[in-house]
Amino acid sequence: MFGWFFTSPPERRLLGTRPLQGPTPWLIAIMTFSIMIVAAAGLALAGTAQRVSAGASARYSAQIPNGDKLAQALQVVRSSKGIAEAEAVPEQEMRKTLERWLGPAGVSSNLPVPALITFDVGAGADLRALEARVAAIAPGAKVIAHREALGPVLKSLRALQWIALVLVILLGGACAAAVVLAAKGALDTHRATIDVMHGIGATDVQVTHLFQRKIAIDALIGSIGGAAIAAVVLLLLAATSAFAGELIGGATLGPIDLLVLALIPLALTTLATWVARTAVLATLRIAL
Amino acid sequence: MRGAWQGARVKGRIVLTPIAEFDSVGLRYGTGAEVLRDLDFRLAKGGFYFLTGPSGAGKTSLLKLLYLAQRPTRGRIALFGEDLTAASRDELPHFRRRIGVVFQDFRLVRHLSAFDNVALPLRIAGASEQEVEGPVREMLAWVGLADRASARPPTLSGGEQQRVAIARAVINRPEILVADEPTGNVDSDMARRLLHLFTSLNGLGTTVVVATHDVGLISATPGARIIRLEGGAVSDPTGVLKNPLPAEFG
Repeated sequence: MFGWFFTSPPERRLLGTRPLQGPTPWLIAIMTFSIMIVAAAGLALAGTAQRVSAGASARYSAQIPNGDKLAQALQVVRSSKGIAEAEAVPEQEMRKTLERWLGPAGVSSNLPVPALITFDVGAGADLRALEARVAAIAPGAKVIAHREALGPVLKSLRALQWIALVLVILLGGACAAAVVLAAKGALDTHRATIDVMHGIGATDVQVTHLFQRKIAIDALIGSIGGAAIAAVVLLLLAATSAFAGELIGGATLGPIDLLVLALIPLALTTLATWVARTAVLATLRIAL
Repeated sequence: MRGAWQGARVKGRIVLTPIAEFDSVGLRYGTGAEVLRDLDFRLAKGGFYFLTGPSGAGKTSLLKLLYLAQRPTRGRIALFGEDLTAASRDELPHFRRRIGVVFQDFRLVRHLSAFDNVALPLRIAGASEQEVEGPVREMLAWVGLADRASARPPTLSGGEQQRVAIARAVINRPEILVADEPTGNVDSDMARRLLHLFTSLNGLGTTVVVATHDVGLISATPGARIIRLEGGAVSDPTGVLKNPLPAEFG
């Protein structure tokens, strides 16, 4: 299956070119780098969206206006059937959180801030009854599902994921187009050698193998180089995540994400080799 | 000189096996006028032929048809007893490996050594390096270039390049050897030596077709047949090229 790759030295001499000669490896390195960065961003967004979505699916909050009677309300929530992990978030903590985003206005008493009780809902919970019981203690209290509050955020994250996927596909297509141009350029450069080979009985497949091998090596070297630079950039980003972590929601890459990223250079090499083979065969059949 | 149809006797009758048959063959490039028309002739297996005619008569085009670099636009060509009119592109390499070609401009691969150029047909045919080494050294010695095996074409003289091209053309013992103006770039002494190579090959059974203007070359090869092309057509007033005489049977 890969016999064409492991050729004898005389066959390697036929094209008279060395690996890394020409723009193909550099083009593929740039494409690999771009694809890996975009793919890493997309995968991190997907992971974040999944974590946020999973965390919010059973999570609810009871809003207690002005923070009055928080302790009694918390007692009611904890004693309700099917409720777990109920925790109170006092008004002061809410104001501190708001201060990070709104500045001093966040701690101003002119800004009405409710206290919150967050809790997980399990089997047998009756949210309407719970809301009624809490409202009986703290009038105006409301129970809100986290997934409703986070809906627009999740929607945005998913849209970004799709954009990343489309970008990866477009970059892959651009890479394939670059390989087609490179293969056709190589055919023009070696036209005289090809004519001689055909004249003495070489088949199209034999001629194609020479170009297929050259582009496979160029693509392999280019994609590994591009991937290595992308890995360095991603590691630097990870190192600064302590700074950016809160802004990007603690986006991280799991083992499967890393495996997907590691397969990108191999996938691009395979794509480039297949495209080169197809383009060369098609060109030989049309032109000669 | 063999110069004869090679055939086999089957129950007392001779079965002809011409090596090349052209029937009503025409060739045009694109939408231009026909450069070759109504070619009707046969080449005997083991024969020696000179293809002559004025410049522009279509000699090179005829040779291209013969070594399968070009398909006819009409008519029928059969080589080695097989009709190639409708042969697929993938079938042609098999037939090309049975034909050796010496181009006027040599067409050596410039970045390969003389050894690698001569070895090319064997390697393309799938020979191993062990099978290549001996015959290529022997062939280079035969054309007097044993000590130039590692030289690349740009460092060889015209005559040396010509001999490398001939060695490459005959390395796999082709059944037909086609040479286009082989003496066009060499002096008279070299031309004589090349002719000696061709007649030696012919003596080994190879059908030789040489396109040339060189009258001296033709006159130095008694027994060779002459195919004269004029205005894209073969001049065959006696019809002997189309229907060879029984006396030519081997």
